Amino acid sequence: MARSQRTAATRRKKTYDLVIIGAGPGGLAAAEFAARLGARVALLERERLGGVSLNTGSVPSKSLIRSATLFAAMREAARLQQPAQAEPVADLQRVIARLRRMQRRIGGYHSEARLKRAGIELHYGAARFVDERLIATNMGRFPFHHALVATGAGPTRPQIPGLIEGSYLTSDTIFGLEKLPEHLAVVGGGALGCELAQSFCRLGSRVTIIQDEAGFLPGEERDAAQVLAQSMARDGVTIRLNTSVTGARVGKAEVVLRTQNYGRTAEVQADRVLVSIGRTPCTDGLSLESAGVRADTATGIAVDEFLRTSNPRVYAAGDVCLRHRYANVAERTARIAVHNCLAKGRPMRHTALTIPWCTFCAPEIAHVGLQVWQARNEGIPIRTFTVMMQDIDRAILDRQDVGFVKLHSTGRNDKIVGATIVASRASEMINEVCVAMSTGIGLRELADVLHIYPSQSDAIRIAAMDLDEPLAPG
Amino acid sequence: MEAAGVPRDSRRAPAQVSLRSEARLIERLQRGAFEYVTRYTNARNGLVADTSRAGSPCSIAVVGFALCSRLIAVERGWSSRRAAAALVLRTLQFFWESAQGAGTHATGYKGFYYHFLDMESGRRVWDCELSLIDSALLVAGFLCVREYFDGMGKDEASIRKLADALYRRVDWCWAQNGAPALTQGWHPDSGFLHYGWEGYNEALLIYILGLGSPTSPLPRDSFIHWTLTYQWERMLGQDVLYSGPLFTHLFPHAWIDLRGIRDAFMREKRSDYFINTCRTVAVQREYCERNPREALGYSRDVWGISAGDGPVAHGSAEFAKDHRHFGYMARGVPFGPDDGTLCPWAMLATLPFTPEAALIGTRTLLARYPQVCPQNRFVSGFNPTVNADSGGWLSAGWYGLDQGLLVMMIENARSRLVWSLMRRAPEVRRGLRRAGFRGGWLS
Ligand SMILES: Cc1cc2nc3c(=O)[nH]c(=O)nc-3n(C[C@H](O)[C@H](O)[C@H](O)COP(=O)(O)OP(=O)(O)OC[C@H]3O[C@@H](n4cnc5c(N)ncnc54)[C@H](O)[C@@H]3O)c2cc1C
Repeated sequence: MARSQRTAATRRKKTYDLVIIGAGPGGLAAAEFAARLGARVALLERERLGGVSLNTGSVPSKSLIRSATLFAAMREAARLQQPAQAEPVADLQRVIARLRRMQRRIGGYHSEARLKRAGIELHYGAARFVDERLIATNMGRFPFHHALVATGAGPTRPQIPGLIEGSYLTSDTIFGLEKLPEHLAVVGGGALGCELAQSFCRLGSRVTIIQDEAGFLPGEERDAAQVLAQSMARDGVTIRLNTSVTGARVGKAEVVLRTQNYGRTAEVQADRVLVSIGRTPCTDGLSLESAGVRADTATGIAVDEFLRTSNPRVYAAGDVCLRHRYANVAERTARIAVHNCLAKGRPMRHTALTIPWCTFCAPEIAHVGLQVWQARNEGIPIRTFTVMMQDIDRAILDRQDVGFVKLHSTGRNDKIVGATIVASRASEMINEVCVAMSTGIGLRELADVLHIYPSQSDAIRIAAMDLDEPLAPG
Repeated sequence: MEAAGVPRDSRRAPAQVSLRSEARLIERLQRGAFEYVTRYTNARNGLVADTSRAGSPCSIAVVGFALCSRLIAVERGWSSRRAAAALVLRTLQFFWESAQGAGTHATGYKGFYYHFLDMESGRRVWDCELSLIDSALLVAGFLCVREYFDGMGKDEASIRKLADALYRRVDWCWAQNGAPALTQGWHPDSGFLHYGWEGYNEALLIYILGLGSPTSPLPRDSFIHWTLTYQWERMLGQDVLYSGPLFTHLFPHAWIDLRGIRDAFMREKRSDYFINTCRTVAVQREYCERNPREALGYSRDVWGISAGDGPVAHGSAEFAKDHRHFGYMARGVPFGPDDGTLCPWAMLATLPFTPEAALIGTRTLLARYPQVCPQNRFVSGFNPTVNADSGGWLSAGWYGLDQGLLVMMIENARSRLVWSLMRRAPEVRRGLRRAGFRGGWLS
């Protein structure tokens, strides 16, 4: 065999079926699925296994929220105690230590050892495309038949004059705090900002949240955002809506934010500032252009409905390319991408997914399917059946009676096309609606399903029952 | 009048309470409310104070309600037509001659007006915004007096001319700020308020007036665009086009007769805005009977959750965590906010819709809490839960909006006067038609 033929054959042998960049929920799910299909897989990660979700996202934030909920419960219990108890204040170091233990346990399911046993090659280092069929890190070169980019997204940097890098926290750094801030100012009233603002308030910080829109959680059901604002206010969070931050002064021990509301200026002084104004897809340093992969700084990598990029060998999944930035979506879309590039059979569309999501405040706000405004914009006639949690026995007994269940069905029949649930366990309750939607169970069938009494999810059955109820007398 | 879909017990007033049987109470309370307008008007320029509190500026919305109340007073014999016409004319002259411009101390801009004005100079105060809804309430008052003062005298002719010119001067399209739907207002320092009208609410009045304008008519699709944010829901036993605070339903109805006429949305839902307000009353009553926040005083016959004055955050440990009081704000049901504060005027303001519920409610409230109606005028807010030992928290003085709204709503229940006047205005009919309303009196 000629020498050149030999090198080509060696290269072919060394060519990976799939090279995955990023070991977050997307990358990990893809690697495991591809290995199960018998593919030769390399997984490249520049920092830590688990990605944002495990290290600075879903997992630490939900652990912090759980600790914060305990403190809220302690305050509630104090009202049933005699003599009166002192106000409980959290020791943040212990809260964080607990969080780290939980991270370790959850991270263990995708440990290096397990990946190795599954036949996945894991390499650490920042990856970049060299050409249309080759990826490299500082440690090696990875020729591929197919590649999957699952590099996620990171906090959007603020453009606030005076607010210099290092003077503010983001979700990347807040879980590294060692001391509970005396006064935390949160800039941004989206899901992450609200979750963290309420948690720190419950742990004992004074918290001010500044949002430049008329309500929290833009894009979410209006009444849900309204209920959330009231709950945050009840917890003691100072709320500044319709307020933008126009500048900042960084002192030794404090940051002063200049704000503007209806043309009026004011200042908020805090010892810590958390900026949570959105997420930007991580495409920097990937040299996407070398592989002919098109991307946009704000929306990330452009993909078609099959998650294929402008280079047909390269796919993308998760936060780096999709509008719905959630761990469940990252995981599922990564599997779809693997299916589409490696498995035989019909390609799958990510656009066909029914996506539930949740903001884990108290109460939680969960949604699936169509929003009312979407349905109206698309000319889909829908009916909405609303039950208030304050009318649900279990919610009353739990003293968790703030919120509602709204089920949307098509005007013509009882098919469920969407739901918003605001309740202390909305994240669990919404799954029942997801099952009904995916299996085609309509409102009438749902109304016939016996639910536990008393239970909060019974609110879903009660809402479904309204379909055939006549109007009440006034 | 269409009755299908109106909650059952509001279709007819039973013998024991009716407009007739309660005529004296109704007259007393309507007159009491009108007295506010008389007492808190600056007779030199027609401006009316926002509240009875010392130093209160004028609210342009209150002026709108007051203009209409003055002609009601003529009909009721509380004032002479001449005196009323003279004062109305002074008011219109003030607005016509006042400064319009983008500066921070003008009275208005683009034919709209700042929310709060100095009672004497009429200039903008409190760094407030150029308010679309408050301007619309004022402009509705202009149209209403134009239709009423149809006499030959000089004053009445001038009223018609000026009112017409003031309406024509409003640049409704400017207030879209290049977007499909309307903004909420504009601020001289920061420009347009960057949020619009979301969901059904009192903006219906702005759209109807804007769509009917002969000089700067809003495009038809601006209304369609807004109604895309509507939410139709089955809640607390009713199918309703949802809006939480009661006043948001009442403000358009104070002026416009929405009985039996329907836009595309209401045709689809086989309802109308009048029926919708009846059902909203049913939701309020049901909510207050269930009383989930365990507020004192709430019941099926004591309700009325709307915008009004209320106690500000209360210091006690129990209240600090469990309840929060918000000062003047829009409260609503069932999604809140609900801090136990009732608007004592609100039940009576629903008299044209659900007379029985309005009258039983008002009677019950007055019997239990007579303090809510000093000098025959309802206070803005009352919270029986806060300071329960000393009779509950009571808002000091009176608010002009509540009084003006009451005078007009009671009149609509008694004689339909305001509705008939506004039905005569071609711009209102045109506005309704361009919004897609058909049927009933528009046919
Ligand atoms: C505070 C917070 C709370 C959240 N809570 C929830 C929640 O409760 N539920 C939920 O579903 N979602 C939640 N999310 C979102 C969720 O974490 C993300 O949607 C999810 O992590 C996205 O997964 P991914 O695999 O697409 O990317 P990521 O998890 O971001 O992983 C991408 C990985 O790629 C690596 N990488 C990037 N560039 C390179 C490169 N050039 N070379 C090699 N490696 C690279 C990164 O180091 C990272 O490990 C939360 C996010 C935050 C910030």
